Amino acid sequence: MPRPGFVLDVDRSTPPTLFWRGERFSLERLPADRSRIIYPPEPLAPLENLDGAIRHALLNPHDSDPLPALLFPGMRLTIAFDDVSLSLPKMRRPDSRQRMIEAVLDLAAEAGVDDVHIIAALGLHRRMHEYELRHVLGDRVYDAFHPRGMLYQHDAEDPDNLAVVGTTPHGEVLEINKRAAESDLVVYLNVNQSAMDGGWKSITTGLASYRCLSHHHNPETLQNTRSLVDRHKSDLHKSVWRMGEVLKADGPKIFQIETTLNTDTFPTPFDFLSKREWEWNAKDRATYLATAKALDRTPTRMARKIFHGIEAPYRTTSVQAGDTDAVHEITLQHVFDQQVVEVEGQTDILTMGIPFISPYNPESIMNPILVMCMGLGYLFNMYRNKPLVREGGVVIMTHPTYRDFHPVHHPSYIDFFDEVLADTNDPAVMSSKWEQRYAEDEWYRHLYRTGNAYHGVHPFYAWYWGAHGQQHAGKVIIVGGDPATVRRLGFTPASTMDDAFELATDTVGRSPSITHLHVPAMLVADVK
Amino acid sequence: MTTVIAESLAGARIAITGSTGFVGTALVERLLRNVPDCELVLLVRPGRRSSAAQRARKEIFRNDAFDRLREQLGDDFDAEMDRRVTAVAGDVSTDGLGLVGDDRDTFTSCDVIIHSAAAVSFDSPLDMAVEINLLGPTRIAALCNEVGVTPHLVAVSTCYVAGNRRGNAPEELVSEGPFDMGLNWRTEVAAARRLKGDSEALSREPHQLRQFRKEARAELGAAGAPALAAKTEQLRERWVKDRLVEAGRARAASLGWPDAYAYTKALGEQALTETKGDVPVSIVRPSIIESAWAEPKPGWIRGFRMAEPVIISYARGLLKEFPGVPEGTVDVIPVDMVVAAIIAVAAAGPERAPRITQVASGGINPLKYRLLVDNVSGWFTRNPIYDSEGQPIVVPEWTFPGRGRVQAQLTRAKNVLNRTDKVLQALPLRGKQAEFTATLETKRMEVERALEYVELYGLYTECEAIYQVDHLIELWDSLDAHDQQTFLFDPRAVDWPTYVTTIHLPSVVEHARVKTTPGKSGGTDRMTRMRKQVLDPKRHVAAFDLENTLIASNVVESYSWLATRRLDTPERIRYAVRALVEAPGLLKLDRSDRTDFLRHFYRRYEDAPVEQIAEDAQELFTQLVITKSFPAGMRRVREHKALGHRTVLITGALDFAVSGLAPLFDEIVAAEMSVRPDGTYSGEMVSVPPTGEARAQILSDYCDAEGLRLDECVAYADSSSDLPLFEAVGFPVAVNPETRLAAIARKRGWLVEHWTKAEGGPRPLLPIGPMMVERERRRVFR
Repeated sequence: MPRPGFVLDVDRSTPPTLFWRGERFSLERLPADRSRIIYPPEPLAPLENLDGAIRHALLNPHDSDPLPALLFPGMRLTIAFDDVSLSLPKMRRPDSRQRMIEAVLDLAAEAGVDDVHIIAALGLHRRMHEYELRHVLGDRVYDAFHPRGMLYQHDAEDPDNLAVVGTTPHGEVLEINKRAAESDLVVYLNVNQSAMDGGWKSITTGLASYRCLSHHHNPETLQNTRSLVDRHKSDLHKSVWRMGEVLKADGPKIFQIETTLNTDTFPTPFDFLSKREWEWNAKDRATYLATAKALDRTPTRMARKIFHGIEAPYRTTSVQAGDTDAVHEITLQHVFDQQVVEVEGQTDILTMGIPFISPYNPESIMNPILVMCMGLGYLFNMYRNKPLVREGGVVIMTHPTYRDFHPVHHPSYIDFFDEVLADTNDPAVMSSKWEQRYAEDEWYRHLYRTGNAYHGVHPFYAWYWGAHGQQHAGKVIIVGGDPATVRRLGFTPASTMDDAFELATDTVGRSPSITHLHVPAMLVADVK
Repeated sequence: MTTVIAESLAGARIAITGSTGFVGTALVERLLRNVPDCELVLLVRPGRRSSAAQRARKEIFRNDAFDRLREQLGDDFDAEMDRRVTAVAGDVSTDGLGLVGDDRDTFTSCDVIIHSAAAVSFDSPLDMAVEINLLGPTRIAALCNEVGVTPHLVAVSTCYVAGNRRGNAPEELVSEGPFDMGLNWRTEVAAARRLKGDSEALSREPHQLRQFRKEARAELGAAGAPALAAKTEQLRERWVKDRLVEAGRARAASLGWPDAYAYTKALGEQALTETKGDVPVSIVRPSIIESAWAEPKPGWIRGFRMAEPVIISYARGLLKEFPGVPEGTVDVIPVDMVVAAIIAVAAAGPERAPRITQVASGGINPLKYRLLVDNVSGWFTRNPIYDSEGQPIVVPEWTFPGRGRVQAQLTRAKNVLNRTDKVLQALPLRGKQAEFTATLETKRMEVERALEYVELYGLYTECEAIYQVDHLIELWDSLDAHDQQTFLFDPRAVDWPTYVTTIHLPSVVEHARVKTTPGKSGGTDRMTRMRKQVLDPKRHVAAFDLENTLIASNVVESYSWLATRRLDTPERIRYAVRALVEAPGLLKLDRSDRTDFLRHFYRRYEDAPVEQIAEDAQELFTQLVITKSFPAGMRRVREHKALGHRTVLITGALDFAVSGLAPLFDEIVAAEMSVRPDGTYSGEMVSVPPTGEARAQILSDYCDAEGLRLDECVAYADSSSDLPLFEAVGFPVAVNPETRLAAIARKRGWLVEHWTKAEGGPRPLLPIGPMMVERERRRVFR
């Protein structure tokens, strides 16, 4: 029986705590008697027979006819699936999406459906490389569909392949992939690693156009998204659900399949990373030492390669299919079962180690903007009820925050850093002054459509993702970051954790309470 | 109110040679201002693109010497100049002064001819010094005799004709003095001319020409045939010149003169005396002429003269020591006194004027070396100049070392810098490092210059002759008070400390354009300013090179990538080994001729299926081109585009390899291969690949076709082989320049950009395509 997550009060006997620092990590001692550490729950038991569970879900959907009943010869079937931003790190083959798509394709074949398109629902993310598609879908599906042009990636900038489904009462235009919009059935395959994903967000972002996304990906909406994992208190999700209503009324029939993962994140020899420090045995300690030392001597480029090569031993804990609303409620329950930790009260200082990966840099570089996005966007938002840190409190992150960028994946990020951040770090200002120029830049559009680049506007979205955290925190400190780069982000650089605590005293006084978010694995702090 | 001098020259027509020079300009100005009724005829050598009259207007009347006169005359200035001054086209280095037609009549109709034209540079080549300094005066006399006129010829010479000697140097011809060696000037002329001929012939020997060509290539790289040819010829000419400079120096030294200038001037006096015929001659010999004491304004100076480079080098801390003896005399004379003396001699007329007049201070009001040095170092301590970091430069303590020691020090420094420079030039450096070598090169040139000063001027500071000025003083005493006031030339009037600190040094510093205020500025600011010019909406076209300008890659890498993409591991290894073996040969070919290299290299694409290449090129674009791109460069292209400039890519890369860049450019000029009917590439070019000088032509043609102006073009490139392109456009930008280009860009003040790949981006060790799955690898396109 896996143990639930819990909050450890740090005392003198507490061993130092693991902090991620990008492709490296360190052990930091937190002040006794006023610090606490939030540990995620241990991985839940997976489904024993995933293929069986998938087949069962397809044949026994929620609020929907079974999938075979929705399939008929001559129909246009579109299967959309989550892109590389899920799961993090990538899961071992076979990926659960491969399992799902094979099951769906089998049923489609049995039903005599031959007009099948498979679309990577990447929204404004970068196009996936061939090896990534093969990893996610398996060689069999890839080789059968790709050469025939029936497996491809969504293009949010292809004017010929977008269609307006309708408009919400709030005036939000729902514009999605034309093939999907004109299909008799859209099957969407989800990997719900976070409570943020899934539901109506899948199609309304993954298959949407820039115009459509800008309705909910903007500073105002994201500042009122409290938080990303609590959809009922999120303006983003409210907008997305309004679009869902439009989709239900005027869009194609949708058959949603959602899966949840457990938190079995790191394979050996990295499994000590998800263990609780005081439970480290001699082998874990030795591995930590060896790894930490070795990484210190490894060039960042190499370390990055090692970490991005990690394949997580994630296992699926649930599969449900059918009507989007019904399915998503069950999914959320499963996610929370795995991730929720109850936390008593807010804290003055929230500390977090920023790992090597975020949803926007698989097989790539955690550039400075993504550090901000990961810290103030994702980790800060891992709460229900109230933020972990009190309003005006301090967020301390540990990350080398080098000025590194991936030229193929993040071209507009480079210019964003050099031009936009040199001008402002206020989301509202950058939105009104700069966003359009980047969003409509021909070159970025070209790189997004033909290369493997994130859309030109994406760095803005990454920045807006942290808008709520930016607004809420009184000060943000990055420990171990390149000072000039950290300052460009509008944060305060510190060289050690002690320095950071010292710098924080201006904002939170002499003996503030400290809370450390022990991630990954993922968790949701339910703050009472 | 006029003076006696003015009256005696009233109505006179005075011809002046060398009017564009330092003394000449001051003389013209002074005559026009203080001798109101004279007329001037200026013998001016026509410029390459300007007539004698244009040159006179531009180079004489626009000089700040005329500020005072311009103010006096107001709007009448131009009319007055037109009325009183005639410029005739001629050249003292050709027989008959090169005068023809009316010009000849105008010149020979003059009452007075003041000959101040000279090759004053202390390092003139021997033949030039001989033609101008030695033969110049005799040519004037010969012309007069030929026409049958006898104007008063006032020839400006130099005190230093006396040569390196101790003690008094009287106002007499050297050939008539006790130290005459009985030289025959005609023999010297013949020898100099033969030497010139021999040197010209020698410079054309095949082995010499090969050497020049080699040097040109070393300096410019593969810059294309026309640029190389021009450079080779320039090097040959320089070689001839250097030989003649050296010959002049050696010949002068062997005869006891400090340099070729003094030597040829001395023989010139002799020749003139022998050949003057009926023409009355007066010789005026100034010593070292420096900035004006009072007229037309205190401190007026033209050009960077003898002492100035030394003074500035000292103030900049470059010249730590300068040879000389503290008790020695530096014979300096302000230019206005020289001019006044010349006018007084002319006014005195052939009968009354002394045959030789020395205008010098040494014999009567000497400036001691110690006093000069103390004043100079004191002044620069109080008014330091600043280095590029905005820090004041502390002037070194003067120790009055011997010349040998200083020379040895500088020679050592020069040798070290030379060697370092050679090593660095040979390294494949780019960007910042190349910039460093350019700095080093500047430093080396500075040391070389300092060494030359020491060699040349050192001789002068060691010259201990005392120039007698008896004739000058006699002439001075003969003037009335009013003339003395208007035409001051009494060297005793100069108060040296005042002259050095309040007149000369401020003027020198102003002319040298050195930094005289603290605080950092300069470099970066200039670059920002230039960047603004480049990014001005007024520009028409921005032309870009590709390799090392926008991406850190080249055609060989693209080929390797494409060629290996569909190979399996053993094949890849074989490929890599073969590539390594061939690399040196290819490199050599690339260095010698880019076009040949590309032609040769692109043969490798023979038989490649077009369809397969097109498909692979898409991946190549992402994995090689974008991976190795300079984000700042890509941004710059778009900035130009946003400003409404046309953007043009001119590259020797193949069209398919750069097709991904299409949205950035309005026009892409790339190499193109012909396609066979079976859908494979032939490996042969459709046209000459756009490299080297062809690029300038392509851009020029593009501009013509589109009605755009080449001088409003911006060109970005990285290599000296793009020199023709850079020279063709109005705004050249050197991107990550290699050593040679860095040096050239620095010299010519071009904008230099340092663009780098995205930090942290992938750095593939070898340009080899990633392994494909077997099924893809085996796909057949034909």
